[in-house]
Amino acid sequence: MVASALETQQLCKSFGALTVADHIDFRLAPGARHALIGPNGAGKTTFVNMLTGAIAPSSGRILLGGEDITKVNQAARVRRGLGRTFQITSLFRKLPVLDNVALGIAERDGVAPRMWKPASKHKEIIDEAAHLLATLGLSADARTPVQDLPYGRQRLVEIAIALGLKPGVLLLDEPAAGVPSQDSGHVLDVLAGLPPDIAILIIEHDMDLVFRFASRITVLVQGQVLVEGAPQEIAADRRVRDVYLGEATHA
Amino acid sequence: MILYVISVGLSVTMGLMGFINLAHGVFAMAGGFILSTAMARFGLPFPLAVLVAFVVVSAGSIVLERLLYSRLYAAGELAQVLFSIGLILISMALARLVYGNLAAPVFLPDYLRGQVHILGRDFPTYRVFLIMFSALLIAALWFGVERTRWGAMVRAAVDNRAMAQSVGINTRQLFMATFALGSGLAGLGGALGADILPVQWSYPFEHLVYFLIVVAVGGLGSLRGPFVAALLIGVADTACKYWIPEFGAFLIYVATMAILLWRPMGLFGVRA
Amino acid sequence: MSGYTSDPRIRPQELLPWIIAIAAFFLLPEYLSLGARVLVYILFALSLDLILGYAGIITLGHSAFFGLGAYTAGILGAKYGVTDPFLQLLAAALAAALLGISTGAVILRTKALTLLMLTLAITSIVLEIANKASSLTGGADGLSGVQVAPILGLFKFDLFGRTAFIYCLVALFLGWLLIRRLLYSPFGAMLTGIRENTARMHAVGAPVYWRLVLVYTLSATMAGVAGALLTQVNQFVGLNVLGLEPSGDLLVMLILGGVGRLYGAFVGPVVYLIAQDYLAKQYPEYWYFGIGVLLVVVVLFARGGILGLVDQWWQALSRRSSSARASAR
Ligand SMILES: Nc1ncnc2c1ncn2[C@@H]1O[C@H](COP(=O)(O)OP(=O)(O)O)[C@@H](O)[C@H]1O
Ligand SMILES: [Mg+2]
Repeated sequence: MVASALETQQLCKSFGALTVADHIDFRLAPGARHALIGPNGAGKTTFVNMLTGAIAPSSGRILLGGEDITKVNQAARVRRGLGRTFQITSLFRKLPVLDNVALGIAERDGVAPRMWKPASKHKEIIDEAAHLLATLGLSADARTPVQDLPYGRQRLVEIAIALGLKPGVLLLDEPAAGVPSQDSGHVLDVLAGLPPDIAILIIEHDMDLVFRFASRITVLVQGQVLVEGAPQEIAADRRVRDVYLGEATHA
Repeated sequence: MILYVISVGLSVTMGLMGFINLAHGVFAMAGGFILSTAMARFGLPFPLAVLVAFVVVSAGSIVLERLLYSRLYAAGELAQVLFSIGLILISMALARLVYGNLAAPVFLPDYLRGQVHILGRDFPTYRVFLIMFSALLIAALWFGVERTRWGAMVRAAVDNRAMAQSVGINTRQLFMATFALGSGLAGLGGALGADILPVQWSYPFEHLVYFLIVVAVGGLGSLRGPFVAALLIGVADTACKYWIPEFGAFLIYVATMAILLWRPMGLFGVRA
Repeated sequence: MSGYTSDPRIRPQELLPWIIAIAAFFLLPEYLSLGARVLVYILFALSLDLILGYAGIITLGHSAFFGLGAYTAGILGAKYGVTDPFLQLLAAALAAALLGISTGAVILRTKALTLLMLTLAITSIVLEIANKASSLTGGADGLSGVQVAPILGLFKFDLFGRTAFIYCLVALFLGWLLIRRLLYSPFGAMLTGIRENTARMHAVGAPVYWRLVLVYTLSATMAGVAGALLTQVNQFVGLNVLGLEPSGDLLVMLILGGVGRLYGAFVGPVVYLIAQDYLAKQYPEYWYFGIGVLLVVVVLFARGGILGLVDQWWQALSRRSSSARASAR
C-alpha cells in the first residue's frame, strides 16, 4: 500500500469539557482531492490547526508522508511540504500583494534570513512571486497593499501564499468563504488548475463546489467522523442528509 | 496586604478587561492624597475619609475611562503601555505641584493604633485590621466575579466583545463599571496603606514594579492570584531584607523571572 | 521602507541628518557635548526601533544592554587599564550580545504583559548587581576616572567635545548603514512580516522564535555599543543607565519621533534631549507634565509620532499641489 500523503490516528482534542476532535482516523491519499464537510462548529478548523501544528492535539498521532510529525513544530511541518490557507483571511494587510507572496517563497528558498543584499535585488524570489500572481490573475495588483483589495481577491492572495510554498499537501479552509458568488467561479477555476500531484484537503460549505472538485468526502460531526466515501455515496447517505445537507437546505 | 488591595484592583482592570494599565498606581496615590486631605482639611473621621477616597477615585476614573481609556481598548499593547506611562508622568507632576515633595500625612484614629493581643503575642492593631479587611474584600470580590451576573457578563465580554454585545450586554457600561471598581480598589488600597507605604508624588512610579510583579506573578484575571503573589512577595521581600540584606531587591526580581518562566501566565492565570 | 517592492537606494532627504550634524559641528561649538549625547541616544533608539518598530517586541528592559555596555567600557577603562576605545567598544558589544542572546532565548517565548515584566526584571536585576558590586562599579556614586586613550592614537578626547562628537557621529553613521542594509534585506522584510502577522509567518514556515532571538541579540549588541560610547564621552558611568527609567525615556523618545520608520529614531532623541536640556533643569515638574501630555496626545491622535505628522502634511501638500496643477491644465 502506498503511504498516505497525510494521516491521523485516533486524533483527539478537547477544550476543557468540549470535545472538538474525537478519535479521528483520517487518510489523505497522494494527489487526492478530498473534501471535509460538516456543520459549523464540527471541529474542521481545529482539525486543520492540529494538522499544521498551530495547536497541539490532546492525544493521537499525525503522519506526513508516513513520518510521525505529531511533535514537529509548525515551521518544520511547512518545510516538509504542508501548506494551508486560513478560513479567516490572515494576510500581511499593509504590505503589497507581491510582498505577501514573496515572504513565503523566501522562507521556502532559505533566503529569508539573509541580511545583506536588498530584498528587491533578489530577482529569483520576485520573479517567482510575479509568475505565481500571473497564474492567479493577480498581476495588476502586485504592488497594491492587500488591505485595499476587494475581499474576493484577498482570498486569492491567501491561496497564492500557500502555493508559493510549493506544498506537497495543501489544506484549504473554506477558500471561497465570504467571496461574492460572481467571483467564486474564479476561485474554483484556480483550484481546478492546481498541479495534480498536490494532495488537497478542502473544507467547504458550498456543496456544488465540493461535488465538482472532490473525489472523496469526509463528513465530520461534533468532532467525530460520521462517514467517508465517494461523492455519490455521501449524497445518498441518509445520515448525512439528516445532519448536514438537511441543515444546509434550511440555511 | 496593601499591595494586595491595590493589585487586586489592577488585576480587575488588567485581567478582566485586558488593558495594560501601568498607571494604576496613580489611582492609589490619588486615594492616599484624598484620604489625607479629607481628614486634615475637612476633618472627616478615618472610615468616612477612606470611603470618600474610594468613591472619589472611582468617579474620577470613570471620567478618565470615558474620555481616554475607552479609545484604546482595541489598540495594541504598545499604545496602552505608552498611554499609561504618559498618565503617570502627568499625575506625578500634578501631585508635586499641589502637595510638594512631602508625603501625605495620615492620622490613624486611636482605636486602630497600638497593639492587640492574639494568642499571647502582640500585633499592631492596624495591620491586623488591614489583614481582616483584605480577607473580607477577597470574599466579596470572589463572590462578585464568580457568582453574580455582573461577573459572568464581564467574563463574557472579555472573551468575545462582539458576541456579548449581540446578546444584549451593554459592554460600554460594563467596562466603565469594571474600570471604576478596579480603580476604586486602588484608591482604597492607597488610602488604607498610606500609613505604611507613604504617599507622595513619586508613588505611582516607585511602586509600579511591585504592582506589576504582583499581577504578573499572580496571573491575569484571577483574584486568588494577586493575593497569593502579594503574600509571597511581601514575605519574601521582608525575609530577604532580614536575612541577606546585601542582596536587596535582587532576589525578588530573580524569583519573579523564575515564576514567569515556569508559568508564563502567572500562578493562577487563565490560559489564553 | 523595507520589503521586496521597495527601492533600497539612498534618497537625497536621507542625507539631511548628516548634513545637519556636520553643520552643527561647525556652527554650535559650545553644544558639542550635548550633541554627542544626542548622537549616542539616536544609536540607542535605532537599536530599539529594530526590535520594537520592525519586529514588534515590546520591552521595558532595553537599558539592560545599554547599561551593560556602558559599565563594561567603564570598568575596563577605570579598573583594568584597557584604554583603547575600540577594544572597549568591542568588549561592550560582546558583553551585550551575550546578555541579549541568553536572556532573549529565555524570554522571547512569552508575550504581552509577561514579556514586559521579564524585560523589566532583567534590567532591574542588572541594576541591582551594578548597585551592589560597588568595588567594581562604584555603586551609587558611579564610576569615575574612566580612561580612554586617543582614538587611533591620534585624536584625544578634548574638553569641548569635538573629538567625542565626530567619534559618535562616525559610529552612528556606521550603525545607520548597517541597520538600513538589514531593514531592506529579506531579513528586514521577514521582521515586518512577524510584526504584521505572526501567525501567518509561522504558517509559511518561519522559525519565528529563533528569528526573534537573532534580532534581539543584534539589537542588544547595538545598544551595548551605544552605552559604551556614552561612557567614553562622559568618562563616567552612573546607575542611571540601568533600570526602568532610561528604558522609559528611550521609549518615549522613539514614540515621539515615530516608531518603525528608521528616522523616527533620529528625530525623537534630538527633540527630547534638547528640550530636556532647556526645560528640565528649570522646571522639572512642567517637564514631566509636558512629556506626559505629549505621550497621551501622540498615542491618541498621532500614532506615527512627529515624522508621521510630517508625512501626513507632506502628502496633503503634494495632493493639493497636484490637484492645483490638474485644474490649471
Ligand atoms: N481555542 C479554543 N478554545 C475553546 N473552544 C474552541 C477553540 N477553538 C475552537 N473552539 C470550539 O471548538 C468548536 C469547533 O470549532 P471549529 O474547529 O472552528 O469548527 P468548524 O471549523 O468546523 O466550524 C467550536 O464549538 C468552537 O467554539
Ligand atoms: Mg472553520
